[in-house]
Amino acid sequence: MTDLLRIEELHVDFATDTGAVPAVRGVNLSVAPGEVLALVGESGSGKTVTARSVLGLLPDTATVRGRVLLGAGTSEPGEDVLTAPAARLRALRGTHAAMVFQEPSTALNPVFTIGWQLTEGLRAHGRGGSKAERRALAVDWLDKVGIPDPATRVDHYPHQLSGGQKQRAVIAMALALDTRLIVADEPTTALDVTVQAEILELLHRCRTDFGTAVLLITHNMGVVADLADRVAVMRAGQVVEQAPVRDLFAAPAHPYTRKLLAAVPHFGTGGRAGPQTADVQAQHVVRASGLVVDYPGRLGRKGFRAVDGVSFEIRPGEVLGLVGESGSGKTTIGRAIAGLTAVTGGQLELFGEPLTRNSRKPRTAGRIGYVFQDPATSFNPLLTIAESIAEPLVVHRRELGAQEIRAQAESLLEAVRLPRAYADRYPHELSGGQRQRAGLARALALRPRLLIADEPTSALDVSVQAKVLDLFGELQRELGFAALFVSHDLAVVEQVADRVVVLHRGRIAEEGPTSQVLGSPQDDYTRRLVAALPVPDPVRQARRQQHPVEEGVAGS
Amino acid sequence: MALVLARRLPLRLRTGAGVQRAMLLTGLVLTGLFVLTALLGPLLAPHGYAQLRDGGGLFGSQQHPSGAHPLGTTISGYDVLSRTVWGARTALLIIVVALLLSVVPGTVLGLVSGYLGGKLDRLLVGLADALYAFPPLLLAILMSLVISGGRSSLVGGLGAAACSVAVSFIPQYFRVVRAEVIRVKGEPFVDAARVIGTGPWRIMTRHVLRNSVRTLPLIFTINASEAILTLAGLGFLGFGIEPNSAAEWGYDLNRAVADVTAGIWWTAIPPGLGIVLTVLGTTLLGEGLTDLADPRLRRRTGAPTLPTDGGGDDD
Repeated sequence: MTDLLRIEELHVDFATDTGAVPAVRGVNLSVAPGEVLALVGESGSGKTVTARSVLGLLPDTATVRGRVLLGAGTSEPGEDVLTAPAARLRALRGTHAAMVFQEPSTALNPVFTIGWQLTEGLRAHGRGGSKAERRALAVDWLDKVGIPDPATRVDHYPHQLSGGQKQRAVIAMALALDTRLIVADEPTTALDVTVQAEILELLHRCRTDFGTAVLLITHNMGVVADLADRVAVMRAGQVVEQAPVRDLFAAPAHPYTRKLLAAVPHFGTGGRAGPQTADVQAQHVVRASGLVVDYPGRLGRKGFRAVDGVSFEIRPGEVLGLVGESGSGKTTIGRAIAGLTAVTGGQLELFGEPLTRNSRKPRTAGRIGYVFQDPATSFNPLLTIAESIAEPLVVHRRELGAQEIRAQAESLLEAVRLPRAYADRYPHELSGGQRQRAGLARALALRPRLLIADEPTSALDVSVQAKVLDLFGELQRELGFAALFVSHDLAVVEQVADRVVVLHRGRIAEEGPTSQVLGSPQDDYTRRLVAALPVPDPVRQARRQQHPVEEGVAGS
Repeated sequence: MALVLARRLPLRLRTGAGVQRAMLLTGLVLTGLFVLTALLGPLLAPHGYAQLRDGGGLFGSQQHPSGAHPLGTTISGYDVLSRTVWGARTALLIIVVALLLSVVPGTVLGLVSGYLGGKLDRLLVGLADALYAFPPLLLAILMSLVISGGRSSLVGGLGAAACSVAVSFIPQYFRVVRAEVIRVKGEPFVDAARVIGTGPWRIMTRHVLRNSVRTLPLIFTINASEAILTLAGLGFLGFGIEPNSAAEWGYDLNRAVADVTAGIWWTAIPPGLGIVLTVLGTTLLGEGLTDLADPRLRRRTGAPTLPTDGGGDDD
């Protein structure tokens, strides 16, 4: 069979203030009709740039060499996107290849209805006949991608749809022009895991029902295992390995692929070796009973109840995992404990003392460490790493003197395995993983009894994530602090937590020891959550799809 | 910000594209000339600003340009070139005083108002809006009447112009800083400081302030021209500085009005050009700096393919 897309010796350089930076260096790829090729790699590997070059969507600052050939699948692909004139490029976009973006809420124009945007492509290519016919076509496509009640939905605006429905609409827009190839750039990264499962299912159907090929860009090995036929692994602008999905997972040839796969947390392979030696008699570090947090609404509107009657406790030396999808209130609970968000109702005891409301400076300050989600923004860009780490000491233990504080900051850096030489660097001079280590060092500066980690690894690449999680586990064993570990990633939580609390819309769905809750979930919602998680193993993932209920239970 | 700008400036001058580069260069040259003239005024000017005679007697009124007076003399018998050069000093002084009087209070109020929020914030925002309603020139005239009864000395005239400029600029700095503070306040690093238990004053000064003032250099280059125009306007209307207290372009222009109809061109053009070039210079510099600070406005075209280390940015 002939290929739909063939990329030959693609080189892309970006002009920057400091000269040209190569992003893609000699990539060769091809996609056959009806095939799903996954392009995986960590951030900066050039996968998105490669994908965007297929549609000629690179910015002006890019210099491109090589050939990107698109075809209709009937004969050898012959049209070079890179040299095509603008009018021809417009004609190719949408009909030969279409793009599905990462964030569906920004890919749709908020001031036009879904139906209007769907027919926009038809109008641009002069298809679909009259206005009424186009509308009927739009309704038909919305129905095909699984949007309920398409005849009404067609007149809705993007904000009236959920995230998953928006992504479905974007996919419908791509399909409506009978495109042969969908370029999907991280199509599920911005979505919750249960929604991700639905979108993956839809992408499966794109291939089986409509025969569309998919060029899938992702960093998530679970998604790859679920959807891809073939995988190309990219690193530093080059494809280091290309293989059918089962071969790649079973026997990775390139050392980088092996490293990448080894770093992926495997859900259902057991995490920590049993609960820590927590003293049950000891005083709780945190005890919440009937905790309620409201976010005030706008004038005259009702507020939003983010946390609704949640009760749990954290014992000394214990790691409690808090999992849930976006909007479940998991971050709000962490912020409430740290005193960043006011508690509306219920009881919250920290270290045996009730947390008083409206206290300007909580007495617990200094006894709680907090690790933030995005290490890039949680450091003051104008302070050096040493200064940032020293801040807690300067605020609370000024009597130590500048020299002693500096010495402690340096030994903290060493504790998180960062070289002392990094002390005088600025945050932007560190990589994401290094910054998150520094974040951990800052959180531990005052030897807190409780550490709150809010999605500490979700902004990191998978190989970096593994190292940061290992470090977290080591430090926790060494220093024995209790921790609240907030995450949406079940595999990560399974690895670090002793006990798990599953949140659903501000309420607790299930609670218990990690192996029990994630291994044999009792609650309906937890079951769905576990079943929706794609496993980074194509064989197991295929089995799970056929028998979602039995295989949905991890560890079997 | 100033640091970043200083680092980018040479590069920008070498690699910038067409119009933007020309604007920035012109602005830099004009402003540099202006500042140099102001600083070296006493050396450059052949005579004092209030000098009417030298060894050879009185200069004489409305003399044509000649060897002794390259730009002639005014109706009052002052040397035009000297008055114009000395005028740059006054103009620089008004810029410095007006900026000090407006930047400092504007920034402090914006910081406190933005960070603390609540009732204080609403009150200050209301006040700032109210201040916008005053026409600055009217305010300046009022000030000069209050300070020195209209005809004024250097201090009086400068004070009046500086105060009126400050009153109209404080709300600008206040709003810009407040908006930035509100944005920075939501950044995780401020949360990080709060979790540590840092007090509000320390958070404001150490974490928020320096991250919020990055656009100020751009505003004050643009506001500098407004300060000069206000002082010149006062002088032209006759509320400015007496000629024997300091040289001031607006006053000289006012005195030159009658000359124009009499065909005497040399008294009006030099101070007029002084005003135009200085205002043009600072404005162009401000615009150029804005482009420099905003990477979206910097246009880059195809790059030479030089392999350097570092990865491209995707996701």
